[in-house]
Parts: sequence; C-alpha cells; structure tokens
Amino acid sequence: MSRARMALGLFLAFLLAAPLVLPEFHVTLLNYIGLYSIVALGLVLLTGIGGLTSFGQAAFVGMGAYTSAYLCTAYGLSPWLTLAIGLALTFAVSLFLGFITLRLSGHYLPLGTIAWGISLFYLFGNMEFLGGYTGISSLPEINLLGRTLDTGREFNYLIWGLVLLALWSMRNLLDSRSGRAIRALKGGGLMAESFGVNTARMKIIIFVYAALLASLSGWLYAHLLRFVNPTPFSINAGIEYLFMAVVGGAASVWGAVVGAGILTVLKQWLQDLLPKLLGQSGNFEMIVFGVLLVLLLQRAREGIMPLAVRYFPAPRKQLPVASRQLQRRSQPVAGEPLLTLNGVRKVFGGLVAVNDLSFSMSSGEILGLIGPNGAGKSTVFNLVTGVLPLTGGEVHFRGTRLDTLSARAIVPHGVARTFQQVHLLPTMSVLENVAIGAHLRGKKGVISAALRLERAEEAMLIADAARQLERVGLAASMHEPAGSLALGQQRVLEIARALCADPVLLLLDEPAAGLRYQEKRALAELLRKLKSEGMSVLLVEHDMDFVMNLVDRLVVMDFGEKLAEGLPRAIQSDPRVLEAYLGGVI
Amino acid sequence: MSALLEVHELSVAYGNVEVVHKAALRLEEGRIVTVIGPNGAGKTTMLAALMGMLPSHGSVVFAGKEITRVEPEQRVGRGLCLVPERRELFAAMTVEDNLVLGAFHRYRKRDKSIAADFHQVYGLFPRLQERRQQLAGTLSGGERQMLALGRALMSRPRLLMLDEPSLGLAPLIVRDIFRVIAALRETGVSILLVEQNAHAALQVADYGYVLETGEIVIEGPSADLASDPRVIESYLGLVSSHTA
Amino acid sequence: MNTEIALFLIQDGLTNGAIYALLALALVLVFAVTRVIFIPQGEFVAYGALTLASLQLGKLPGTAWLLLGAGLAVAVLELVQALRLGLVRRVPLILLKYLVLPAALLALAWWAAPQKPALTLQVLLALGLVVPLGPMVYRLAYQPLANASVLVLLIISVAVHFAMTGMGLVFFGAEGSRTPSFSDAQWKLGVLNVSGQSLWVMGSSLALILALLLFFEHTIYGKALRATAINRIGARLVGVSPAMAGKLSFTLAALIGALSGILIAPITTIYYDSGFLIGLKGFVGAIVGGLVSYPIAAAGALLVGLLEAYASFWASAYKEVIVFTLIIPVLIWRSFTTHHIEEEEE
Repeated sequence: MSRARMALGLFLAFLLAAPLVLPEFHVTLLNYIGLYSIVALGLVLLTGIGGLTSFGQAAFVGMGAYTSAYLCTAYGLSPWLTLAIGLALTFAVSLFLGFITLRLSGHYLPLGTIAWGISLFYLFGNMEFLGGYTGISSLPEINLLGRTLDTGREFNYLIWGLVLLALWSMRNLLDSRSGRAIRALKGGGLMAESFGVNTARMKIIIFVYAALLASLSGWLYAHLLRFVNPTPFSINAGIEYLFMAVVGGAASVWGAVVGAGILTVLKQWLQDLLPKLLGQSGNFEMIVFGVLLVLLLQRAREGIMPLAVRYFPAPRKQLPVASRQLQRRSQPVAGEPLLTLNGVRKVFGGLVAVNDLSFSMSSGEILGLIGPNGAGKSTVFNLVTGVLPLTGGEVHFRGTRLDTLSARAIVPHGVARTFQQVHLLPTMSVLENVAIGAHLRGKKGVISAALRLERAEEAMLIADAARQLERVGLAASMHEPAGSLALGQQRVLEIARALCADPVLLLLDEPAAGLRYQEKRALAELLRKLKSEGMSVLLVEHDMDFVMNLVDRLVVMDFGEKLAEGLPRAIQSDPRVLEAYLGGVI
Repeated sequence: MSALLEVHELSVAYGNVEVVHKAALRLEEGRIVTVIGPNGAGKTTMLAALMGMLPSHGSVVFAGKEITRVEPEQRVGRGLCLVPERRELFAAMTVEDNLVLGAFHRYRKRDKSIAADFHQVYGLFPRLQERRQQLAGTLSGGERQMLALGRALMSRPRLLMLDEPSLGLAPLIVRDIFRVIAALRETGVSILLVEQNAHAALQVADYGYVLETGEIVIEGPSADLASDPRVIESYLGLVSSHTA
Repeated sequence: MNTEIALFLIQDGLTNGAIYALLALALVLVFAVTRVIFIPQGEFVAYGALTLASLQLGKLPGTAWLLLGAGLAVAVLELVQALRLGLVRRVPLILLKYLVLPAALLALAWWAAPQKPALTLQVLLALGLVVPLGPMVYRLAYQPLANASVLVLLIISVAVHFAMTGMGLVFFGAEGSRTPSFSDAQWKLGVLNVSGQSLWVMGSSLALILALLLFFEHTIYGKALRATAINRIGARLVGVSPAMAGKLSFTLAALIGALSGILIAPITTIYYDSGFLIGLKGFVGAIVGGLVSYPIAAAGALLVGLLEAYASFWASAYKEVIVFTLIIPVLIWRSFTTHHIEEEEE
C-alpha cells in the first residue's frame, strides 16, 4: 500500500474517532478547521490553480449564513431548503460579479473583491431585518437522517463529511478534460485558447464554484453556532481565507486543509498565549500572519504542499482502457490546394508590419517561411493562427475564410500550432499536456467531471493522446512531468499536442530554436515521417541548415513583403536573398 | 595595449536553453569590433549578458576589472553602455528629456560637463535638435535610432555596445547611421557592434567574430572575413549537406 | 435640502475628496513605477495622524520605536548583501542611513516631545518619523520580489497592510485621536460657511500636487521616476536602478500619506485601523483613472468625496456600502474601455 493511501487511511480514522475522544475545545477547533477548509478549497481552485485572486470569499460565506439565518427565523423554513436558496442566490450574485470583473486584466478582480467584500459587510451590519451588528440568533438545528445535530461533536461528522465530499469532487474535476482546461488558465491561457478552450468561461465557472463552496460553509457555520453576526464575514476574514490558500499552496487540493489547519491553530495560539507571555494585549496574529505571508511569498511561493507532496509520491498511473477510438477526420488528397494568403496586410499604428503578402500551399507539402530579423514572419504566423486580426487581405483554408475567426474557432477546421517559446504546463504530466490538444474532441462538462460520469470519454481522449505520443516517439516519458523533459523533447511534445487536435495542417513556430544538432536531426526525421503520413506543415524558421534540408518549398520575406519563393537550392543562390540576409554594400 | 574588454568562456542560458556557449572575445581600446551571425545565433543575448541584464557564466573583464556580478546600473557608471535592439526609449518623454536621462549617472556625480555633451550630440544629429521638444514616440524609425545612440553618448561611455543598429531601417538611413558609427571612433569611444547585416558591419569594423548557434565559429580582421565564403554559409546554410 | 446644506456638503465632500485625491495620486505613482498596488497607503495616513496626536499630547510616539526596529531589519539585510558581494565600502553608509538616522530621530523625539514645541515643528517631526518607513517597507517586503507578477505583489501588499495595522495597535493603542485644528477660523461667504481647516486641507493638497508636478517635470530624479514607469529596461540602461526608483516612489507615497493623515487628523477621529478604509477610497479614485491617469484618478477621488458627503447626509448607515458599491459600475465601465492584455504569468 502506498504511503499516500496509508496517510489517507490514518486521517480518516482520526476523523472518525476525534469527536468521540477529544476534549470539547479541540472538537470545536476541528469544526472551525473543517469550515475554513471548505472555503479555502474554493480558493485553491480559484487562486492557486486558476490564478484569480479573491479577497471577498468571506462575503459569500456571509451570504450563505445570512440567507439561512433570516429565512429560518423569519419564515420558519427548513435549513435544507434555505441551503438550496442560499446556494441559488450565491450562484446568481457570483455569476454577475464574475462576469463584470473577469474581463479585466488580472489585478482588477482582487481590487473588486476587496470593494464588494467591504460593501457586503456593511450591508449585513446595517440592515435592520438582518439584525444589524447584533445579528440573528436562535437558529434551528439541522436534522440529518433523523438525528438532530445539536452538539459540536455530532456536527463535526457533517462538516468533515462535506469537506471530504468537496475534496473528492475537486479532485475529480481537476483530473478531467475540464480540469486540464482549468489548470491551463494560469500561465497557459493563450495556449489553451489556441486549442479551443474558452478561458473566459472556465474562469467564471471556477469563480462561481468557489463562491458556492463559501456559501455552503456559511450555512454550516450558521447552524453550528445557531447565531450569526457580521464580524466573521469582514474583509479581514476574507484576507485570512486567501492567506490559508497561499500557505497551503496549489500543488494539491489537500493544501486547503493544511493551510486552514495551520492558520487556525496558529491564530488560536497567538490569541491565547502570546498576550499572557508579553503581558500586553494586541492584534498579534495580524502582525504574525502579515510577516509570515511576506516571508512565504519571498521564499516559498508555492506554499507548504510541494514539500509534503514530495514525501508522498503519486502512484504509478495506469492508462485507462478505451472501448472506442475518437473520430478522426479524413486527410485531404495530396496536392489539393490547402492554405492561401491573399494580399494580407497588417498595420500596427504607423508601422506596416506585413504588406500585401500572397502565397499558397498544397496538401502534403512542407513549406518554410524564412526571412531576416524583423521581416514579419512571426506576425504572419499570428495572423494565420487568429492571434492577431488582419488589417487587410484574406486567408483561406480549404474553402473557409480563416481571417474572420478567433484563435479558438480555427482549431476545429483542422489547423493546429506550436509556439516559439514552449508553452507547456510543467507540473502536469506529458500525457495530460498532450491531451489538451484534444480538448474540442470531447464534450463532457464540469458537472460530469466533478461527479466522475465522464470516464468513458476521458479514456478515449487519453488513449488518443497516448497514441500521438507513440507516433512522435515520446511514449516512454508519458507520465513524467512535462517540465522535466529536455527542450528538444518539449518541442516534440508540442507537436504531439498539436497532432492530438486531429489537424490537417501543422503550423510550427521556430521548432528548431535552441535545439542541439542531434535534436534537430530527430525533429527533421519526425516531420518527414508526418509528411509521409499525409500531414501538411507550414513552418517559420531561422535555422537555415535545418530548413534547407527539410522543406519542399520556401517563401522568403523581407520588410513585411514577399521577396522570393521557390525551391531551396534556387533560394540559396538568389542574389536578392543574399543581399537581404547579408546586407548590401553601403 | 591591454584590452578594454575581455570575455572568457561566456555562457548564457535563457530559461532552460543555453543560447550562448563559451564565447570568447577581446576588444582593444579605440577599436570597432563586430559580432555578426544569422538570426537566432545569440548575438542579442550575448550583449544583454555583457550589460548584466541576463545572468551568465564565465568572466567579463572591463578596463581591467571583473564585472561579471555588477548590476547593469553600475556598469553604466563604469563606462559601459548598451543601445539595445528595441532601443527602449522613453516614448512619452521629449527628445531632450531622453538625452538628459542618458546622462543620469553623471548628474548623480555632479558632473559639470554635461551641457557640452548636449552640443556634441546635437552636432552629430541635427534632426534631433530640430525635434527637441517632440515626444520620442512620434519620431520615425531612423530618428529613434539616432536618439537611442545620442542617449547612449550622453553617458560618456568608454565602450559603446550597439545591438543591430540597422534593424528595420531603410538602406539610406543605415548608411547614415554607419557613417556616424565610423565617426565616433574619432571621439575615443570604443565600439562593440552586433549586426545581422554582415557587409555593412565588416566595412566599418576593424575586427570581427561570427556567432552561429551560440558559438564563435570564425574570427579575424574584418577585411579577411568580408571575403570568406564560410561567412555566407553560416548565414544561408550549407548548400548540399544532408543532415539526415 | 436648502442651498446652505448643499454647499456645506460640497465643502465637506471636497475636503475629504482632496485627501482621497492625494492618496489616489500616490497609488497611481507607486503602481506606475513599481507595479505594486499599494494597499498599505492608508496605514501611512493613520501613522501620520497618530504620531502627530502623540506629539500633541507630549508623549513619545510609538512610531519612533517602529522606525528603529525597521531600520535595524533593513540594516541587517543590506549588510549581509554588501558583505556577500564584497562591497565593504558601502557598510558605513548603510549604518548611517538605517541605524544612526533612526536612532537620532528617536532621540530627538524623546527630547522634544514633552516640550510640546510649535505645531510646525511637531508636524516636521511627525513626518520625520513616518516618511523613512516608506523606503524601509519597500526594501523589506517588495525589493526581493521586484520581478514578481502584479498579483503576487498585491498579496504582499495585503500582508503588509495586516502587519502594519497590527503594529499600529501595538504602538498606538486602541483609542482614537483627534488633533486640534490648524485654524479655528470661520468665514461667511454669503450662505457658505467656510472653515479654516477646510482651506488648509485643500490649499495644502494643491500645494503638494504642484510641488510634485515641479518635481517630476524639472528634477533629474523626477524624470528618472517617470522614465522607470514608462520603460523599466530603458531606465536600467541609463543607470536608474529599480531599487532606487522603488525606494524613492515609496518615500513619496509615505510623505503623501503622512501629510494626508496630519491634515485630516483635526477633522476626523483616527484609530489605528482607520487608514484602511481611507486608503481604499483613494483607491476607488485610482481605479477610475485606470491606475494610469493622474488627472482622472484625482477627479474620481473628488467624486468619491462628494458622493460620500451626500451619502452620509441621506443614508449615513449605508455610507460605506454606497461608496464601495460604486466600484462595480466603474469596473463595468473600465471593462469596456480597457483593452484586455493577456498576462502570461508564472
């Protein structure tokens, strides 16, 4: 049995026994850790994994708590009903708030969350029907399976049961097609979009999910204490929740529990012991938390979990057995016209980066786009892949106009790309990185993922990714973290990922950059092999040795215009090309 | 005469890629040395490392002192100056303010001769004097290059490093710029010139190095390099090699 | 509501708005130069106010001890770094800046406080105790992370805010303070009652803004800061180090914060944790300016002040709710006018 399993077993045994044997004080502490873990879990997803910072989760906790408190006391509704209502209300509010902020650049979200966190706190405190700053009391207990949970010890089982459920659903979510899309949000957004991931939608989804978890925690809190007032939902509480997620770190969902545990116990100790030791009362936990967070961010930004995770190596993953294969599109006939650029123009402010460029390529050929520094090759690449909009001209691909489509919409037509700087998720396995390429070939969404109902489709996606890895010769490193590969292998991984999108045309952006001699040879061999299987390739490159011996045809650019076009030998002896590269005599 | 700049076994990594591998070069005071090579060879990375903007291994000795661990801001104070590939001008500030800032480290030292250098720079680039109060972002490509050079000269460098001064410029402007570079030698500035345009660079320089995929592959007096067929090969690839 | 009340509210709103405008300017400045969203700006306001209050009562302000402690921490870090790089020449300067100076200020405050000197001297002493904390905070919390993403720097800011608020409680106590007015004058202009204190606030704000403008336009260091905000790499290449730019901008932010605190201390009761909300209101102004434009940020802040004045008249309990909910339409507006830049981070 692996170390991880043993640890989990011990922890579960502890959770079962603790409410029965521990003194009251410790059970209460355990309850609070459980409550905070639920909120922190949402933040680990939102901030640690998704890269979106929120200081306003406490407001959502308050929303869940107050909805239940008010409806139970004023209308006598059952707590389970008020839970549902609270979640619905939180869903609507978080959807609205997420919508307006997630379109803005990264730092507007946390500022917005601080603002409405404060706003909601004062709202809770000032509304008469919510009891003002004195709050609402005499909430009813929760009835679960015939038992009334009226002691902290009994409630403990409910809280931790829900914590475990939330952890399970989160882990399922992250280990799925949607999960890969979410894990690509932080640091890989552009790459994910170029494989069809709707990053804006994923961001709203995780924001709402985190808000719902917070609301659930609020409801539990309300019926544990059977009393609510605004204090626990202040902006300071919101800040502390975020600190928990940062301390725990995003390396594992368990980080939420670890972070919540550490900060709760630390706070207790600081509030109780330190004033006695120093003979002075004060808000010491604020000082300690503040200094601790600064030091943590300076020294160990990934939090505590990476240290722990190293001690618990993940079990060897088995490839799932797929009952069927993913559908593959049929390759076009060799020689059929594939991609055509017609009078393409791109202007940046006053600078004409690409000027009236036209060329075309046929199916089954390898075309190289070359030119001296600043010629506009990368711009052309970004125009064809939908990253930049055209100023003029058209791009056609097998009868469809590409220039009117966004990067996300181009992929389904059979065009896939790699990147000049390798865009991988270094902590994800090679296999999972490649599977991102197949994102649009799956359909199951977030809820299926959380409830583990998409296993059949997931097996097909993973099987296809494994097949592509086989095709490019990287099958042996399938389960390694992508960051551990050498650069040459990483570039091949990018090609495998592009192949996983089932393309007809591969667009490669400087695939040989930074590679050593042997790696370049292997890459050229791979591309020739793919060509023999019917793949078409358009590549932008600087490395002449690599290009001259690989491509069928060349297009040379200079100053944003097409300078020459033709076979490699002809290009090498074209005086205009020589002058463009080596310079004229001045 | 001992060299103003001596570089030994310089290796620079960019992320997990080693872009420059054990490069060595030497520059005598008062000379113009050029490093040419095809795109992606690592020329810009090398200059960035010499300026201290990128971490590196190996040794860089300037005016007899090891500067490998000195911050870029301090290197400016010692007489080393870089005009980068992207110029990095202060687009929202006037031409004059850009030049003033070029002399920043001298203002800190209460250098009294800064005003005189203004005259010198405006003398070299009369167009800049005309456009003194214009915002740097509104200048043409050639004028921006001139401003970048002027700003660098305001720091009274002993060694001026130029990263692809011809980049993006029309041939006539390139000619003007290179004339200025040649003229600068008279003022006592030593120049390390990195260029993709091999012909122009070898015409103006005394000595040259060819950098290919991070390594120095050929070096020699520039007159010799100008007629060396290996230079063409390094730019356009070997004509009939089969790397398969 | 009659004209008299309306004008009174306008005066009140503009007075507070002037302070928020100063803070908004400080926030835009710090963000432009260092990419730090400086949440603790408000703490400097509180520190400034409470330090002056202490001096007015003839007591040694707790800030003096905090300054010495922070100076010690910075000195240790700088000495370690200097010795590791073999730059022994720097040691005397480090000791002077971070140990001798704070100790001297502490001694001065110890001697001067019980004597209750003139207001001007007290203000200068208060500034002398609070402003050096700015560059020290930069050195301790931010300088090691100068290249981190804006989000990481923001979380650091929140952590610093926590620490400074907690220290505020330890060094100043839980009681609020209100200092005597600079001027008890009152003038009647028709139906308008103009208070001397308001004029002091608005006049000082204008004077400070003018001084900053002159600094940025006509001094070499001011230009260096502008250059860093426009192009960090270009600034490094002319010899402007990010550390120097960071410390200078934080010094200015601390100066603006402390002065703001000194100006509003006679108007509002300041507690150790009041700074946070005041700073955030400056923030709303800064966000209106998109964290880039000084005039729009100042205008936004004035608007916040006016809105707050009217809100406190009509629905005083919901004053904070209204002011902070204002951020939502601002964000909606900003989300349509700003072009979304993909920030590929970490």
